[in-house]
Amino acid sequence: MWLPSQPQRGVLPGFNLTLGYTLLYMGLIVLIPLSAVFLKATQLNWEQFWAITTAPRVLASYRLTFGAALIAALINTVAGVVIAWALVRYAFPGKRLVDAMVDLPFALPTAVAGIALTALYAHNGWIGGLLAPLSITVAFTPLGVLVALIFISMPFVIRTVQPVLEDLEPEVEEAAASLGATRWQIIYRIILPTLRPAVLTGFTLAFARSIGEYGSVIFIAGNLPMVSEITPLLIVAKLEQYDYRGATAIAVVMLVASFVLLLLINLLQWWSRQRQSG
Amino acid sequence: MTMATSASVATDWLPHRATTEPPAVRRLIIGLALVFLTLFLFVPLAAVFYEALRKGFGVYIAAITDPYALSAIRLTLLCAAIAVPLNLVFGVMAAWAIAKFQFPGKSVLITLIDLPFAVSPVIAGLIYVLMFGAQGWLGPWLAAHDLKVIFAVPGIVLATVFVTFPFVARELIPLMEEQGVEEEEAALVLGASGWQTFWRITLPNIKWGLLYGVVLCAARAMGEFGAVSVVSGHIRGLTNTLPLHVEILYNEYNFAAAFAVASLLTLLALVMLVVKTFVARLKVEKGE
Repeated sequence: MWLPSQPQRGVLPGFNLTLGYTLLYMGLIVLIPLSAVFLKATQLNWEQFWAITTAPRVLASYRLTFGAALIAALINTVAGVVIAWALVRYAFPGKRLVDAMVDLPFALPTAVAGIALTALYAHNGWIGGLLAPLSITVAFTPLGVLVALIFISMPFVIRTVQPVLEDLEPEVEEAAASLGATRWQIIYRIILPTLRPAVLTGFTLAFARSIGEYGSVIFIAGNLPMVSEITPLLIVAKLEQYDYRGATAIAVVMLVASFVLLLLINLLQWWSRQRQSG
Repeated sequence: MTMATSASVATDWLPHRATTEPPAVRRLIIGLALVFLTLFLFVPLAAVFYEALRKGFGVYIAAITDPYALSAIRLTLLCAAIAVPLNLVFGVMAAWAIAKFQFPGKSVLITLIDLPFAVSPVIAGLIYVLMFGAQGWLGPWLAAHDLKVIFAVPGIVLATVFVTFPFVARELIPLMEEQGVEEEEAALVLGASGWQTFWRITLPNIKWGLLYGVVLCAARAMGEFGAVSVVSGHIRGLTNTLPLHVEILYNEYNFAAAFAVASLLTLLALVMLVVKTFVARLKVEKGE
């Protein structure tokens, strides 16, 4: 049989059209507008940029935003592994409903989440009323920011861990058990190391989502400068005073943080693919 | 089949403790998971409807049929009606180029498509203010031609397009990569044109993934708050979308009305979850 000596180029049409359109549309909608932030920032010299982005009120907002995002991501990591475990490994009534509802924070508009959580955690709300006798105030304090961030970033770890847990071959655990391993040894030595890339990816996604969050937080935070004011709100506050340079400078700091996290997420996903194939 | 049977036979003698947890631990884990989800998921959801109907059904109906609420609904639907088709066409084009062809820089392109997810919604609004605002790059030109983008409907549409940009592409790329190119190549070899191949082969294969991407895109388009809030200017009856209307009512201490409007958006979110579950089940039934 005769075969062409050259490797055949794909016969599918439309490569130039679709790639060209993709690049054009992405350039117009995403890349050119985003570059406007960096270009605008070049109107500032280094001292001005530094003075805006390290002002005490701005530093306080970084501490709150990044601190609350970190704690929320950690809480959701522990809760996410427990929930994913329960959903994959055990049977309980209402499991399918619970599984479907896990994505609610992705689907619910952030403003709705914000007012619902505020109503719940206000001193006369269902949960706030229970916490008031313990003199714990959640609404209109930094704790409120944490509650909002826990809500909006909840599904990430669950949804990254769940498929890995489902794919875990029971034979591996059975082999370990037949070789005399205890349940704890199997969990620590076999299951948790397998889950590690997925857990880290979910954690980073949750953290990245939380630092940019605006809608749900502003209702419950109280927005007190130096106390409960998040960085995205500061950008809005500067815009409302027509301080475009100030808003841009802070936006550059946030964007750089987001890009670093995006890079990290890509590396983590590459790592977990390597693990799965290797 | 025989492998599976022999494996289960082989495990019968194993100490059961080592491959699962004792019942008490199991109950504890399920309990912890349900308590956490109840506290942070189900109770807030119930609160929306409780607060919305607290002042009675009459107040609820009045809130959602108020002229300002109706104009907010119209604007929200208009934004979605523009943003979804634009991102649908983009998503299909991008997925075709990425999934059906090999080219250098592909993984960079996939990362760039995800970029709008990594950007804070507030910054998504800011970038268009810097482009089209009074002090922006195109501001003077727009003013000279009596065009308004920021604090007007076009700005709201642009911000919505930005935040919903990745949804359809993200659903389709892995799906089309998985399906490969054999079926399309076969159709072309048998004499079908490129368009015929796309409509008769590719589209039927991706329709459920496409539907899910569109639903996600539409839900986010109608629910977006931060980005739209920055570019809207909050003019009642003119540049107010549903989520912004919720904010205005809430800040006026008109809680029952705010939650009534919020309950419409919550129903939309629940519809999205139903479609997602439905599509996922179809996938399982089709064996993949």
